[in-house]
Amino acid sequence: MRHIISLLMENEAGALSRVAGLFSARGYNIESLTVAPTEDPSLSRMTLVTRGSDNVIEQIKKQLNKLIDIVKLADISDGVHIERELMMVKVQAASSEQREEVKRIADIFNGSVLDVTDKTYVIELTGSGEKLDAFLQTIDQNSILETVRSGATGIARGGQSLRV
Amino acid sequence: MQLSGLTDYTIAFREYDAAEVVNCLLYPNIDHAGEADVKLGGGDILVQFLQDEGVEFVFGYPGGAALHIYDAIFRQESVKHILARHEQGAVHAADGFARSTGKPGVALVTSGPGATNALTGIATAYMDSIPLVVLTAQVPSPLIGSDAFQEVDSVGITRPCVKHNFLVKDVKDLASTLRKAFYIATTGRPGPVVVDIPKDITDPGVKIPYSYPEDFSMRSYQPTVKGHPEQISRAVELILSAKRPMVYSGGGVVLSNAAEEFTAFCRILGFPVTNTLMGLGGYPGTDPQFVGMLGMHGTYEANMGMHECDVLIGIGVRFDDRITGDLKKFCPHAKIIHVDIDPASISKNVRVDVPIVGDVKQVVSDLTRELDATGKQNDAAALKKWWSQIGQWRGRDCLQYDRGSELIKPQYVVEKLYEVTGGDAFVTSDVGQHQMFSAQFYKFDKPRRWINSGGLGTMGFGLPAAIGVQLAHRDATVACVTGEASIQMCIQELSTARQLDLPLKIICLNNRYMGMVRQWQEFFYESRYSHTYMDALPDFVKLAESYGHVGVRIEKPEDVEGALKEAFAMKDSLVFMDFVTDRTENVYPMIAAGKGHHEMQERELA
Repeated sequence: MRHIISLLMENEAGALSRVAGLFSARGYNIESLTVAPTEDPSLSRMTLVTRGSDNVIEQIKKQLNKLIDIVKLADISDGVHIERELMMVKVQAASSEQREEVKRIADIFNGSVLDVTDKTYVIELTGSGEKLDAFLQTIDQNSILETVRSGATGIARGGQSLRV
Repeated sequence: MQLSGLTDYTIAFREYDAAEVVNCLLYPNIDHAGEADVKLGGGDILVQFLQDEGVEFVFGYPGGAALHIYDAIFRQESVKHILARHEQGAVHAADGFARSTGKPGVALVTSGPGATNALTGIATAYMDSIPLVVLTAQVPSPLIGSDAFQEVDSVGITRPCVKHNFLVKDVKDLASTLRKAFYIATTGRPGPVVVDIPKDITDPGVKIPYSYPEDFSMRSYQPTVKGHPEQISRAVELILSAKRPMVYSGGGVVLSNAAEEFTAFCRILGFPVTNTLMGLGGYPGTDPQFVGMLGMHGTYEANMGMHECDVLIGIGVRFDDRITGDLKKFCPHAKIIHVDIDPASISKNVRVDVPIVGDVKQVVSDLTRELDATGKQNDAAALKKWWSQIGQWRGRDCLQYDRGSELIKPQYVVEKLYEVTGGDAFVTSDVGQHQMFSAQFYKFDKPRRWINSGGLGTMGFGLPAAIGVQLAHRDATVACVTGEASIQMCIQELSTARQLDLPLKIICLNNRYMGMVRQWQEFFYESRYSHTYMDALPDFVKLAESYGHVGVRIEKPEDVEGALKEAFAMKDSLVFMDFVTDRTENVYPMIAAGKGHHEMQERELA
């Protein structure tokens, strides 16, 4: 099963490599990983998307908790949560027909155009991974020049908070 | 400037008493401006910290990046530096010190090759959860990342085999980092911690105030020591319901200094007890309730007991593959209780029914109290029946070997070693058949007496570990059981032992083969002995003598006992005993890969 694990960790050099090293050393999957400092600059928050059986996920959480740099951990997929991923896509948009089509589909997906040249658009989209996948499948495959995705981030709904 | 400096000195000098003047001369790098605010360079901070931490020995090997630290070591006397002949030896010696005392072992190596050589020792300690603090010097901070001379990413290469590691980036952080390193290494599930220290951090020219950091906090590291009371009650309930119980204990009992409480607990219960390789000595080896070691080369009664038990009480163990055999066939009838301080050990390999996270000593005390509080007894009739079954298994005498052989049997040497040392020696070992024979035939009644590389299986561990043990216990009998292959992996430490006048006794079971690998080749590769033959062996007698030790070769079974007695009577000399043993001897019983506890291969005697 797919799990979204959120971590609060000491914002120190090497903390990221400890997490990445743990996954490679123990043969766990990482689907995506994002990390950035929080409002408290001494802490970073990491969101990790992984897959595995219940036993494997339990081990992943225990092994992560064992890392000295990790302050707190939550499996936000255990409860109701919001998941978001950011994607930017550079597409070919040279003819007026192409430009219209891309703009129309972007609108349907609640995307916005961040950059326009005479030949290209850069479109920004936010949503679940499935939504971003759906967008990429909908537009003309040959027009895609470049995509960049942030990987999933997430937060629990309601009063529960991951904080120190 | 010069004049005013001189004047300042004169004024300051008047304020010093005689002791401080002596200090000034002894420690020219210490700024004695005033006791409350001692200013030191990083190298002196490090050494002063070690003194304040109560460190007696630092095992190490100097080099360029470590020069400031070594200079600080030179200028003091309370921390004793033990010069090994190879960094691996230094770390193993620190490890042997730690295993035999329970105190953290400290090693100091230089950057680059110093750190890479130390790595095997660090990984060895990591696998067996041994508290070590390994100080690796590093190239100066501005050179890090430039492929400087003797530069290696020590934090990077050690990361997968340490409990934690640090790179010190500012001399102001040095003392607090060291404090954290010792704290992390010795608490929770112990383990090695590496502190990488760039050369500029130890610069004697940069002096800052130093005081031992008494208070420090780590919000991200708070090991659980007390088991959950509900789980304790559930465990006691299950223990009392047992008809065919089995206690399986490991290194955790030794590490937590819980042998006394654990032994008392087992005696109250009257249950059979088996130890892992790492747990030997955690329960007295001569006790009637002890059924021997379990696992791949465990006894018939221990392994059958595991297979047939209905309640398994695992204490300070980690269900390692050498213990469990095929997981699908592991303890098919048992409900399992598992006590361990590391939550990640629980249900890692085997799902358990009653997990208890906590320190073994604390949990065993709580279990004993809870058991007492219930006032109930276990099923005595069922237990009697269970013991009679175990008695039958015991009757097979699974460790028997050909005692009439004209060749020296390795088992015989260990048996005699046990007798000659009165069962009270510290025994270190290397890795292979001799290690298993020692584990099977030397009955350890006390914890911390059996010192071996269980998890990583590091050949070359035995001799340097024995050095650490003997330094910690100057008057004790320390024997290193080894083989002619293992001993050559750290043979250079004979020189260290000479320098320190350590009267170790080396029992080399020389079968001219890498015995354990040869055994596997015999069993599973149709006796194709690929590269397990030790050709061109040195003359160990002459080798020992060239290092300034005593060397003896023993070739006949009737000479074994006498030679051992004579060697152990030489209280002031290291004696290297080269026992020429039966080349074809195998370790039995054996559970082959993919087999269960009930599928042991046993020795067939003619």
